[in-house]
Amino acid sequence: MRDVAIIASAQAINAATTTATPVEMLIPVVNQVLENAGIARADIGFWCHGSCDYMTGQPFSFVSAVDALGAWPPIIESHVEADGAFALYEAWIKIQTGEVDTALVFGNGRSSSGDINRILTLQLDPYVVGPLWPDDRSIAALQARACLESGVVTERAMAEVAMRNHHNAISNPYALRRGDHTIDELMAAARVADPLRELDCPAHADGVTAVIIAAGDRARSLAKRPAWIRGIDHRIESQNLGNRSMTTLPSAAAAAHKAGVGSDKIDVAELHAPYTHQELLLTSALGLGESTSINPSGGALCANPMMSAGLARFAEAAARIMNGSADRTLGHASSGPWMQQNLVCVLEGE
Amino acid sequence: MSDDVLRIRTPIGIKYQYSAGPRVSSHLHGLMDGRFVGKRCPTCHLVYMPPRNGTCAKCGCLLGEDVEVGQRGTITTFCIVNVPFLGQTIKIPYVAATILLDGADMGMSHLIQEVEAADVRMGMRVEPVWRPRDEWQPSMENVLYFRPTGEPDAAFESYAGQL
Amino acid sequence: MAERCAVIGVGQTHHTSCRADVSIAGLVREAVDRALVSAHMTMADIDAIVIGKAPDMLEGVMMPELWLVDALAAAGKPVFRVHTAGSVGGSTAIVAAQHVMSGVHKRVLTVGFEKQSDGNAMWALSVPMPFGMPVHAGAGGYFSPIIRSYIKRSGAPAHIGCMVAVKDRTNACKNPYAHLHEPDWTLEKAMASPMLWDPVRMVETCPSSDGAMALVLASEDVADAHTGPKAWVHATAMRSEPTAFAGRNQVSPKASEDCAADLWRKAGITSPIDEIDAVEMYVPFAWFEPMWLESLGFAPKDQGWRYVEDGVTEMTGRLPVNCSGGVLSSNPIGASGMLRFGEAAMQVMGIAGEHQVDSVRKAFGHAYGGGSQFFAMWVVGANKP
Repeated sequence: MRDVAIIASAQAINAATTTATPVEMLIPVVNQVLENAGIARADIGFWCHGSCDYMTGQPFSFVSAVDALGAWPPIIESHVEADGAFALYEAWIKIQTGEVDTALVFGNGRSSSGDINRILTLQLDPYVVGPLWPDDRSIAALQARACLESGVVTERAMAEVAMRNHHNAISNPYALRRGDHTIDELMAAARVADPLRELDCPAHADGVTAVIIAAGDRARSLAKRPAWIRGIDHRIESQNLGNRSMTTLPSAAAAAHKAGVGSDKIDVAELHAPYTHQELLLTSALGLGESTSINPSGGALCANPMMSAGLARFAEAAARIMNGSADRTLGHASSGPWMQQNLVCVLEGE
Repeated sequence: MSDDVLRIRTPIGIKYQYSAGPRVSSHLHGLMDGRFVGKRCPTCHLVYMPPRNGTCAKCGCLLGEDVEVGQRGTITTFCIVNVPFLGQTIKIPYVAATILLDGADMGMSHLIQEVEAADVRMGMRVEPVWRPRDEWQPSMENVLYFRPTGEPDAAFESYAGQL
Repeated sequence: MAERCAVIGVGQTHHTSCRADVSIAGLVREAVDRALVSAHMTMADIDAIVIGKAPDMLEGVMMPELWLVDALAAAGKPVFRVHTAGSVGGSTAIVAAQHVMSGVHKRVLTVGFEKQSDGNAMWALSVPMPFGMPVHAGAGGYFSPIIRSYIKRSGAPAHIGCMVAVKDRTNACKNPYAHLHEPDWTLEKAMASPMLWDPVRMVETCPSSDGAMALVLASEDVADAHTGPKAWVHATAMRSEPTAFAGRNQVSPKASEDCAADLWRKAGITSPIDEIDAVEMYVPFAWFEPMWLESLGFAPKDQGWRYVEDGVTEMTGRLPVNCSGGVLSSNPIGASGMLRFGEAAMQVMGIAGEHQVDSVRKAFGHAYGGGSQFFAMWVVGANKP
């Protein structure tokens, strides 16, 4: 395997609504990540984009994103109908083939274009569950209920997750929701999708994240302390309600194992767990202990820009390596109802 | 077998709110005023009318200053539509053309009427027919269609670079 | 350096306007099962799955790979989803091949599909957008002006599109999986076909199909151990450019020319027309065959139509193009590109049946999408690269 590292990232400030077109939102972030890396467009070997048509309400919506790239002369480019973190995975594969040495990956989405809780229902099977139109919060609440009833999480633990993330987000300029809350205050709040309370649910946002990755000496020449990808893997599990556990995440555990999470201590983990109970489930599935700082950014709970929230976790995890505050970090992205699909990446400094 | 359920209908309804984007605002204001206002790319200096999504795709940058272009233009290429389909409100056959407005550097799509489809030519000069002013919205639909001006056709070389 | 990779399994569904007998899962599974059989494998042997399809709105679903997991026995495996517009089938095959060429996986299943009859494609593709002018011309309305530009520029006679259409429809009769089996086309009859989007006639357009195509891609050691036919991936290439900008050449986009040049260089091919024995080209409107012949470097500029007229691209010609019947005879959008890539592999593997060209050593698979702006291509060969 070639050594590949994250060498730069850029994010838009997550917003509840935006008036800019998706392309207008992209351009400053793409320019920023190029500037942060100190690399010219022409030196990017591969471009890969993650987005979803239903976020903008237009078929082929990703096509216009090419307008933001200055794709002239034509570029080597691809697109995944998924979070931008999966675009990073494709770019990592591409670099492994030896065809290119650098890649710019990005994810973007406007959660505010439509009713995001209703749009996400379309990820369910269209024959049996989908037609019932459970919204995203109700879907997550089914899982939270199962976790509470079986005792794998408690309401207090969920409130602690909400408290920590919202506190952490105070120091994250990109977060959408932040603030200090007490456990009592959080546990006294009204339920919005029983057993979930408002601050158990993600702050859906309009956002963009871009990341540049590079191989070997190229990475060393572009960054003082690249965040080396030491392991990366993704796994999926069944979505079928009668055919999957609501209280464990075997796909996350399998991806973590493949990525080598357990071989050494993880200093910081940035987890794409939109709901509080999901962060608890995921922390357990990944085998993370007390010594790991979880979501210093405030995580997806405090800003969940569709199709870039996972890549933003990678960017945050890499930033801790690059600024020297951590030596081994974990970036995670998920997709689908009940965190059905999980992508895990272990990053290390040299 | 006759009792088998082979298909079910599950209608989907989602409401979306689209953004024109701040850079398209002056263009839409222009349309409310009966004018074609495009934008110039600060990098390659070409004029986009309409200003699409506020970007010059070739340069990958945001468009800059407003530029009002002419009302008349040239048909660079076209299609005679002879197939009826959903939502079509115009009688077939009709002409959908790419029109390069005078002063713009990229063509746009619009309808051609007041001429037999068979008589439409590449290079034909056309002008807009606007809706009555009280029906104007911030939309290119304020122009009902374009029609021939009767001027001599533009030379092929003048628009060959647009094809 | 990249690991070697070979296609060792190919499977497709029968393509037709409405596969009411199967669900989306059933359709996908049909192609997958056939590909696994031809690879002498079961799902348990597969390391990773790469799925491609065109806009999810065509079926009114979102990320269908999520609920296809059970049908694909994919729980616990990596499942990766690609979407690059009409080129998606080709891009997906390339991404899958790169899963092997990277050395990350040894046995990768890839599948492209579309089940247009399950949704309302008209709804999906004509979401009314505010601010602009809805010209209501459809896909034909988008591409027809470009074809008009080509005709004007090259001086091609009017019957060329019909010649391509008659060839592809005739070829399709030799392909049991093709959607359209219409043996009676003649040039004269085609020229009488209704003009839908002048200059595009009905016979020169593609159908709307349900269908899927699956491939099994293997690393060198796995492919060496495989006793059945195989096609080695010699080179892959992708290029993209924006849909619209001032001065863009839409007839022969630079992304197409650059992509082909890169592909030929990587495959060590200096004269494509002499070195490629079979071509599966993405031709959704008949006129695109001569246009792509030029753009890809098979024919000189403005001469592609002469190759068509001289029968060069007939199954018996010097450069057989779309012996399967091509997109003009079957168009399950998300699978159409992978059908081109897979049919090219089938020619090399010698398993194309009645539409097999004799002794194919190297074949070319091609897909494009969007406003002629996304390109994916590969060369597969009988020998190791």
